[in-house]
Amino acid sequence: MSRVNDVGGQTGFGALEIEADEPPFHADWEARVFALNSTLVRNGVYRLDEFRDAVERMAPQQYLAASYYERWLLAIETLLAERGLLGAG
Amino acid sequence: MSGEHTSAPVAARVRRLEERLIEAGVVAQEQLDASLAAMLKGASPVNGARIAARAWTDEGFRERLLTDANAALPEVGLSMAGGIQEQRLKVVENTATTHHVLVCTLCSCYPVGLLGPSPSWYKSEAYRSRVVREPRAVLAEFGLVLPDDTAITVWDSSAESRYMVLPRRPAGTAGYSEPELAALVTREGLIGTAAV
Repeated sequence: MSRVNDVGGQTGFGALEIEADEPPFHADWEARVFALNSTLVRNGVYRLDEFRDAVERMAPQQYLAASYYERWLLAIETLLAERGLLGAG
Repeated sequence: MSGEHTSAPVAARVRRLEERLIEAGVVAQEQLDASLAAMLKGASPVNGARIAARAWTDEGFRERLLTDANAALPEVGLSMAGGIQEQRLKVVENTATTHHVLVCTLCSCYPVGLLGPSPSWYKSEAYRSRVVREPRAVLAEFGLVLPDDTAITVWDSSAESRYMVLPRRPAGTAGYSEPELAALVTREGLIGTAAV
């Protein structure tokens, strides 16, 4: 079964958008999400494969609508919720 | 970042999540800071460029690099074990008749330690979907037009296996030193979307 992320060979995604002199992150929150994920993996909260799986099992419409680091954030939230670490509110 | 109005709700969500995890003792602020600093400091295409320049000037290193890149990297003070988990690296060499280009069709796997943070286009659905179907057209969008008889190989990266392109040494650089050669190598050259 292929998931929404398995886009190799698909058509319809349009032309490339190539940004000159692109910074590593486009907003401070993206850098924070990056750091949070690395640290949660290092601390053994979840494994890298589980993180990837959490990105890839997002609902297709949610996956395609989210930016790259929004996907990361959603995956982190999913994994934390499944481990009872998100708490209320 | 102030003034980023469009990303304000998600920024606030990230901040709340961080605060909650720090409060619960799941992560420490110092860990978050150190993780980001390490990535920004260590990961750069300067590393990949040094590898290419060494391969161009040291035939023995070139052969060892192409045979077993993980074993050869320590010769230039690098390794594939700097990230969250060690990855296998395969270096693929461009020649007069063959060209290589990298992708991760499933997501964004990329040798960050050797090339720095990946560009957004590398992670885009447009690049991931198209480069395996019509590499010649995609490379042309980068301004790289290859002769019709150049064979193109597209390498699809995975969580455990990463790739790096060894570009062709530019003509007219016979007298260049290793650092001078390294300065010619671009990130796009190491991905395969540019000649050098």
